[in-house]
Amino acid sequence: MTEAAVDHLDPNWRNSQAEPDSFEFDAESEAQIAKILARYPAEKKASGVIPLLYVVQKQMGRQTGSAWVPRVAMDKVGERLGMAPIRVFEVATFYFMFNTRPIGRFHLQVCGTTPCMLRGSDDVLRACKDAGKLKGYGDTSEDGAFTLTEVECLGACVNAPILQVDDDYYEDLDYDRTVQLIEALRRGERPKPGSTIGRQTSAPEGGPLTLLDVPLAREGGGN
Amino acid sequence: MSDVKLIKVTVDGQEIEVPLGATALQAAELAGAEIPRFCYHERLSIAGNCRMCLVEVEKAPKPVASCAFPVMDGMKIITDSPTVRNARRGVMEFLLINHPLDCPICDQGGECDLQDQAVAYGHDASRYREHKRSVTDKYFGPLIKPIMTRCIQCTRCVRFSTEVAGTPELGAVSRGEALEITTYVEKALSSELSGNLIDICPVGALTSRPYAYMSRPWELSKVDSIDVLDATGTNIRVDSRGPDVLRILPRVHEEVNEEWMADRGRFSFDALKHRRLDRPWVKRDGKLRPASWPEAFEAIAARLKGLPGDRIGAVAGGLADAESVLALKDLMAGLGSQNLDCREDGAALDGSNRAFYLFNSTIAGIDQADAVLIIGSNPRVEAPVLNARIRKRAMARVPVGVIGPRPDLTYPAQHLGDGPDALRGLMDGAFGEALRKAKRPLILLGRGALRRPDGAAILAAAWKLAQSLNAITGEWNGFNLLHNAGGQVAALDIGFLPGQGGKHLGAMLGGGVDALWLLGADELDPALIGAETFVIYQGHHGDRAAARADVILPGASYLEKDGLYVSTEGRVQRGRRAVFPPGEAREDWRILRAASDYLGGALPYDDHAAIRQRLIEVNPVFAHPDEAPVPAPVPGAPAGDAGALGSEPFAPAITNYYQADIFGRASDVMAECARAHAAQGAPTPAMAAE
Repeated sequence: MTEAAVDHLDPNWRNSQAEPDSFEFDAESEAQIAKILARYPAEKKASGVIPLLYVVQKQMGRQTGSAWVPRVAMDKVGERLGMAPIRVFEVATFYFMFNTRPIGRFHLQVCGTTPCMLRGSDDVLRACKDAGKLKGYGDTSEDGAFTLTEVECLGACVNAPILQVDDDYYEDLDYDRTVQLIEALRRGERPKPGSTIGRQTSAPEGGPLTLLDVPLAREGGGN
Repeated sequence: MSDVKLIKVTVDGQEIEVPLGATALQAAELAGAEIPRFCYHERLSIAGNCRMCLVEVEKAPKPVASCAFPVMDGMKIITDSPTVRNARRGVMEFLLINHPLDCPICDQGGECDLQDQAVAYGHDASRYREHKRSVTDKYFGPLIKPIMTRCIQCTRCVRFSTEVAGTPELGAVSRGEALEITTYVEKALSSELSGNLIDICPVGALTSRPYAYMSRPWELSKVDSIDVLDATGTNIRVDSRGPDVLRILPRVHEEVNEEWMADRGRFSFDALKHRRLDRPWVKRDGKLRPASWPEAFEAIAARLKGLPGDRIGAVAGGLADAESVLALKDLMAGLGSQNLDCREDGAALDGSNRAFYLFNSTIAGIDQADAVLIIGSNPRVEAPVLNARIRKRAMARVPVGVIGPRPDLTYPAQHLGDGPDALRGLMDGAFGEALRKAKRPLILLGRGALRRPDGAAILAAAWKLAQSLNAITGEWNGFNLLHNAGGQVAALDIGFLPGQGGKHLGAMLGGGVDALWLLGADELDPALIGAETFVIYQGHHGDRAAARADVILPGASYLEKDGLYVSTEGRVQRGRRAVFPPGEAREDWRILRAASDYLGGALPYDDHAAIRQRLIEVNPVFAHPDEAPVPAPVPGAPAGDAGALGSEPFAPAITNYYQADIFGRASDVMAECARAHAAQGAPTPAMAAE
């Protein structure tokens, strides 16, 4: 069961005290919305509901440090798209990528699906708990820095195990490198996303092993 | 429908012809095969998510959901085979995994689709040993009691509220095991059709709150009747046990209410137990005192003795049955009075031709309208079921224009103005163009537009507009009057209007008559009745008119008497007694018949057959029950100067839906609804996209 789902079983989850009184799109969001809505015919603008919810979540992240979608903002999305509020609500609660309650500044999403698990996602999870001071999945650290979530396959199995921080993938992790990553995040740094062992995209560790007679590969080019 | 291509399919070896585009489920039903289903409903969009309707189709690799599977020429459907049975058994087992075994305390028990189909298609025992899911209960308002743990997520309720009621408030939130049907925030449903959710829910997830833990279906006696609390003429079934009406359900009538029903008609019957007049009362020394029937009649006879006919008047209320209105008219004729009126709100109706006061396009005819103009009416609260039909057209992109208050009709409508002024320039605007282009324009005139000083002018202007659009022909009559009470049209058909030299209601008030007989007339303001006027109130509830009365004659409500009612479209329908009236109360026409003995000149009918015969003599339409009028050219026009339009904006005829009539005002359930809806303010705005 996903974390978003667990929320709904809490009878008070809707009346979260964090719910802001109002929500208005800022200039940056408005620019994004204009671009998004240009993709759809005017009478089908409801198709923009998912991108607009992302815009909301991003803006909340910018403004409050917690990237989530409050109910007042869903109302605004519905208003903008001519949709009944309940229809927006259905979408926002269906996709667990939308956080329907406040989260920490950094959203640590640990992939625990088979390939990552075989490659050591348990260590990544342990590192997240230790370094992020988190009790487990669904928890937000007391300083509000981290929220830990379990996710299903992120589609980057070649570089398993993976930790997704907000929108960025950090790959080829082990316990120590995960701890370092989290500490860097806490210091306000944003390490470069991608493989943490210097692997080029998803090429074999330590450089190419096959097709060595292809000139481009030998010269280390091609990418 | 002749242009629909028919194709041949074989259902269980039987070859039948079905229209192209039908689904396998429809084909199977045509062939007489029974297909179990939960999510599929003929009047809602197809969801295909319960999987109960699985059938085998030859050459298909696995069973298919027949409700969402279109037929093709030569298709062979097998509705009963070991594979099909096995598949359905499997589906049923999954559905029951999270369904609680609380049938003994569930109000749906005995009329539950899940219960029935589990017996017919399920396993005999459960193999499930894990934890069952439970769902926190929701608040859907005073009418619907949700027990969402029982929900099987067929989403019929979501589709009904979005598609039929037009109030998209219910949704399926979250997903997977956590999926729940809920409202956006916990609030009462704003729809006037919300009671239908109880009927369409195939399990006990949405049940009736007032009926909770009241009864089992097999304990109830069922009587087919007619709802008169709006003028739609909704066909109903009244379920009662002993002296109590326990619930009211709609019956299917394709040309009237399809299978829907409005909330006030469904839930306000608890008024039968409140504020009832159950014995005659006579005012002596300024105070109403209990009396016997003979005493009450003698008091009336004593007062009326020697009064000239033109000093006596009678008003028939909106809920009166045809028989009692006729008896009152005959009684007044015997007394020499022409002072009759059935227009409690003073609406400028013209009774000279039936077409002037009917919903001529007929309710089923709405489905053919290609432009709709609503004048001074809010059909959403005046006739919710009829409004759902208009909504169907509006969703099919038929233009709808509104002149009058700007209500939320649950569908997009163009607002053309607030008052009669808007009628003048109408044909010059864009909507006028749409009306002119329409082959079957429908003009809907509400009571709100007629109960004002320029009402006659508005009636005439609307008629003229319909004529100018060539909408009153032998093919189509686009002039429609929407009444608000189920007894109104019958009274007009009987001619319960001022006769030669007779006074209308306004002239009878303020001392215009010395004696006034009110037959369930509660919508007029009793303060307007002259202080010296002797008031006889005949009715079933002690509302404001009864408080003013000098003599009270306890009558029967529509659930307690047999009677004919005529709906706004002119359809004569038969209401039947479900329970007996309380105490000394009697059927109204019998009261009038008994009174006539005391007033010199007994009415010439002693039983129901005789008064029905007399009704037919007065107006032959009563000989043709359940027939809607057919369009015909209409000579003449309603009296009234179409040019004399005022400029005052139209006022809504109903401001509080739940307490708009005597039943609503006496009902606790309706009071609770009115409170809940006042507390949460305006309903969600209608969504053009849906």
